[in-house]
Amino acid sequence: MRLDSGKELILRKIKDGTIIDHIPAGQALNLLKLMGITGREGFTVALVMNVESKKLGKKDIIKVEGLELKPEDTSKVALIAPMATINVVKNYEVVEKRKAVPPEIVEGVLRCRNPNCITNKPNEPVKPRFRTVNFKPPKLVCEYCGYVMTYEDIVKQLLSEQ
Amino acid sequence: MLRGRDILTILDLSREDLELIFRETDKLLELKGGTLDLLKGKIMATAFFEPSTRTRLSFQTAMIRLGGEVLDLGEVDKSSIAKGENISDTIRMLDSYADVIVIRHRLEGAAKLAAEVAENPVINAGDGSRNHPTQALIDLYTIRRFRGKVDGLTIGVLGDLKYGRATNSFIASLTMFKVNMIYLISPPQLRVREDTKELLVNAGIEFKEVERLEEVVSELDVLYASRIQKERFPDPSEYELVKGSYIITPETLRNAKDELIILHPLPRVDEIDFRVDSLPYAKYFEQARLGVPVRMALLKLILGG
Repeated sequence: MRLDSGKELILRKIKDGTIIDHIPAGQALNLLKLMGITGREGFTVALVMNVESKKLGKKDIIKVEGLELKPEDTSKVALIAPMATINVVKNYEVVEKRKAVPPEIVEGVLRCRNPNCITNKPNEPVKPRFRTVNFKPPKLVCEYCGYVMTYEDIVKQLLSEQ
Repeated sequence: MLRGRDILTILDLSREDLELIFRETDKLLELKGGTLDLLKGKIMATAFFEPSTRTRLSFQTAMIRLGGEVLDLGEVDKSSIAKGENISDTIRMLDSYADVIVIRHRLEGAAKLAAEVAENPVINAGDGSRNHPTQALIDLYTIRRFRGKVDGLTIGVLGDLKYGRATNSFIASLTMFKVNMIYLISPPQLRVREDTKELLVNAGIEFKEVERLEEVVSELDVLYASRIQKERFPDPSEYELVKGSYIITPETLRNAKDELIILHPLPRVDEIDFRVDSLPYAKYFEQARLGVPVRMALLKLILGG
């Protein structure tokens, strides 16, 4: 990575891997943590934070060489980086581009923060389930008890479970 | 329209559903007493995982008066729950015996879980601190009966607006009407939750949070009182400080309109002075009495009698 003439930021092209663009400014480290990337896995990781973006004002970008993000991880990414763009790169070409759209129903990923919610009762065959009522930033409502999970609640919980 | 449906929150019902239930209640009230055979051969199971007097008995009375039969899970500490059986398995068992299940539970969302497990309709008789849909039906019906309508009225809701399942369901139910104004009267610690407020905002209902009944009593058409529980206050002295402001006495009602009606989901402890019982405002015992016909109407419509 080098900074070019102080204005433009250039990251080296990756051969095979994943680029996540349009991450809300300041969330790149949280996102890496959520993806389980500690730096000890051997992937080449490039990360820029708080760069200017036409869409977001400021944004973060992550490039990970050698990692292909599984489709089931997209919804988790979306909860921390809603509307981020996930680019799958193969042989220096972007072969797939997908938006990290928070799913309408989030099931099993998060626990309800309401201690009196039935989904927190042990010994009941019930998975926590939330309905997305706002996409950016994500705001989820528990389908069982009506508790509202804010973006801050979601980020905190996803990270504490890593 | 209601046949076979679960009733988990008051907002599961539409304004049309409410009107249908109210018309049915009107008809049942005309019959005055006696037992009908509209639900002959049908069985209602009541599963109260939390104590209840009025709600359980009025559901059971309603079913008996429709000619149906009642199965009661009994006290939880004497049933298989005490042996560690979970809600889902208990409900699955009741579902195989009965045509409709009425459930009350301490945990929020218990009724929804029951409805997912059961094939037959489930009626929420109160779970957690949000939902008590049949109480809200009774509240609305009582207002309609004594004031002719709910639309256009100025309504005060007093007491525990944060944890009270009856107050929360009642406030939510008002979003289906065009009320003039809602005053939310409570100590700061027990103010209505943000999500309930959001319901009011989204429905375009004007409301105001106040701390003293005296400030607004002269404007009210309906005063809905509820119990403030001592346990809600981390410091008992805080409770002692506020409780006086939320007790309804003939004196606090000095400036009330003649047509004001006072409702309360009961049980009351000391929040309504006994002297108020004999005033024309007091409609809470009538309200409790209407619990039976309203629940009869609901059971009849759900079971298609």
